[in-house]
Amino acid sequence: MIGLLRDLRESRDLLANLTNREVKGKYKRTALGQAWSLANPIALMIIYTAVFGFILPIPREPGDPSGLSVFALWLMCGLLPWTFFTGTVNAGMIALTSNENLIKKVWFPRINLIAAGSLATLYSWLIEMGVLAVALLVVGGPRVLVFLPLVLVAMALLTLFATGVSMIFSIANVHFRDMQHLSQILFQMWFYVTPILYPASLVQEGTRGIGAWVFEVYQLNPMARFVEVFRNLLYDQRLPELDSVLHCVGWTVVVLVVGARVFRRSEARLAELL
Amino acid sequence: MTAAIRVEDVSKRFRVYHERNQSLKSVVMRRRRARYEEFWALKDVSFEVTSGRTFGLIGDNGSGKSTLLKCIAGILTPDKGSITATGRTAALLEVGSGFHPELSGRDNVYLNASILGMSRKEIDAKFDEIVAFSGVEKFIDQPVKDYSSGMYVRLGFSVAIHVDPEILLVDEVLAVGDAGFQEKCLEKFAQFRREGRTVVVVSHSLPSLAAMCDEVAWLDHGDLVEQGPAAPVLDRYHDVTRAGRRQGSGGLVHTGSGEAEVLAVDLLRDGEPTVAYRPGDPMTVRIAYRAHERITNPVFGLALDARDGTHLWANNTRDVGHPIEAIEGEGVVECHVPSLALQAGTYDVTAAITDRTTTHVFDYVRAAASLTVSQEPDGERGGYVAFGGRWTT
Repeated sequence: MIGLLRDLRESRDLLANLTNREVKGKYKRTALGQAWSLANPIALMIIYTAVFGFILPIPREPGDPSGLSVFALWLMCGLLPWTFFTGTVNAGMIALTSNENLIKKVWFPRINLIAAGSLATLYSWLIEMGVLAVALLVVGGPRVLVFLPLVLVAMALLTLFATGVSMIFSIANVHFRDMQHLSQILFQMWFYVTPILYPASLVQEGTRGIGAWVFEVYQLNPMARFVEVFRNLLYDQRLPELDSVLHCVGWTVVVLVVGARVFRRSEARLAELL
Repeated sequence: MTAAIRVEDVSKRFRVYHERNQSLKSVVMRRRRARYEEFWALKDVSFEVTSGRTFGLIGDNGSGKSTLLKCIAGILTPDKGSITATGRTAALLEVGSGFHPELSGRDNVYLNASILGMSRKEIDAKFDEIVAFSGVEKFIDQPVKDYSSGMYVRLGFSVAIHVDPEILLVDEVLAVGDAGFQEKCLEKFAQFRREGRTVVVVSHSLPSLAAMCDEVAWLDHGDLVEQGPAAPVLDRYHDVTRAGRRQGSGGLVHTGSGEAEVLAVDLLRDGEPTVAYRPGDPMTVRIAYRAHERITNPVFGLALDARDGTHLWANNTRDVGHPIEAIEGEGVVECHVPSLALQAGTYDVTAAITDRTTTHVFDYVRAAASLTVSQEPDGERGGYVAFGGRWTT
């Protein structure tokens, strides 16, 4: 962990340039350029709002204390952190295998490849979140501004969490290329057990008959906690529960420590393994 | 005299997988670890490279020299032993690593240089020099996918050579670009040596190693055979590899379908077998063959290569109008060269037997025989070809 951080600090110019390569290279030769990074979330917003806002309306409380009651905004407060998370892990997962040639020919701290994937995805996410903040400002008034600094802290925490997961998945993908495909199924299931399209309270009510433990297990999902924190800050516009914050921090620490250990163990042999 | 690189008892093991479990399915289905064989690419290799010297690594293919260079560069980690390099190390194993085709030359210079370990400040300071050296000034803001392959390689090489390392590791990448660019590169290397930097170079080319290196380590199948001053080690390496080739059919590598085979290739001067010639000597190449079945319209071919791999000459019975009706059993064919127009050096003769079209190969033996041409007191010097030019005033 400490070693990886030192590697990153010593090669920060490399990290900046690799991130730049990812960001600039992604939308080169497209007419809309960076605007494309907004296209996907907007399309998802339209689809989910049509289905779950109107066709099969999902019961949910208005924002407390913000009083907001716009399904699209409520959805995006949870959906954008989720798409960032999967985007980061997907970028990190192929970061090693797609740079095989580089790894076999030059030595540099390999963690830069993972970190550059995270930062490049973070860059798009910042733009998306900026647009969302403006929308919240227009619809719900200036109160959202108070919480923006905390939103940035939460974003930093989710970035670290996603990077930790990336480290594990990237090494797994070096050993078994199936990971890329398996993870798509995993993410799809994970998406539906995370309260993004529906509020967590719906699960709590629905499982009351079985026992409280079901909901407790459900709440172990770190992404459920992250989504809750982002919704509290942006949509409800209040401080999140301490319990949820601790869960987020705890998961992040665990994932980073495990990820760093997994990564460190295979790092030196990557040129052979690929 | 301090050691810039210290290699101590380094061993490196590779696994050769028979059936590699690179998918989950294969793991689940076979329920066991992948099957592999181990082999040691390096076995207890130890040596030191003195700071400020140019150090060469030689050996045949598979001797472990590139593996050793990658270990020194940190790309591979030795399984046993340790390598300590004192000073900033840069490895030139490939040029243009990590270029992104859609990005401009400018962005790629920054990207590539930072991959090789330069800081932004250093790149800023050297940017103009890098671009000027590569000679692609006009196109520096174009995406590199529009570059010609020559421009691409020149820009990559230019970045690499400006990394300014104390220790530079080079693997056979010197042969890039046109003659003018190569000259610039050699000059840059000379400058490196003058500035007292340490260079480790891996190459097959004995002449270029002899010209560049102070010291040489010779590797054979992962073992360090000898280390020492360049000239004597290179000579012994040369002798041993040549002796190996003279062993006749046993030591030679044959390729082809095998209906007919080359048994031996002998070189004769005035009917006497010899491998030592002077420029202008007559030479006869005699190919002894065996045809396991009757082969109609075979073609015998010969080729001559310089030791650095340069292809100098080729000749076959079809092209020069000497068709052969058929061969069966054993026999010999001879090719008479009236005057050997070669300058001093060592040359390899390759022999082949093919069908009428020369596309189907019965047997092909690379470096089936070698000859040396001696330097005459007032002979021509430089290049491969001896024209026997004489001056008048």
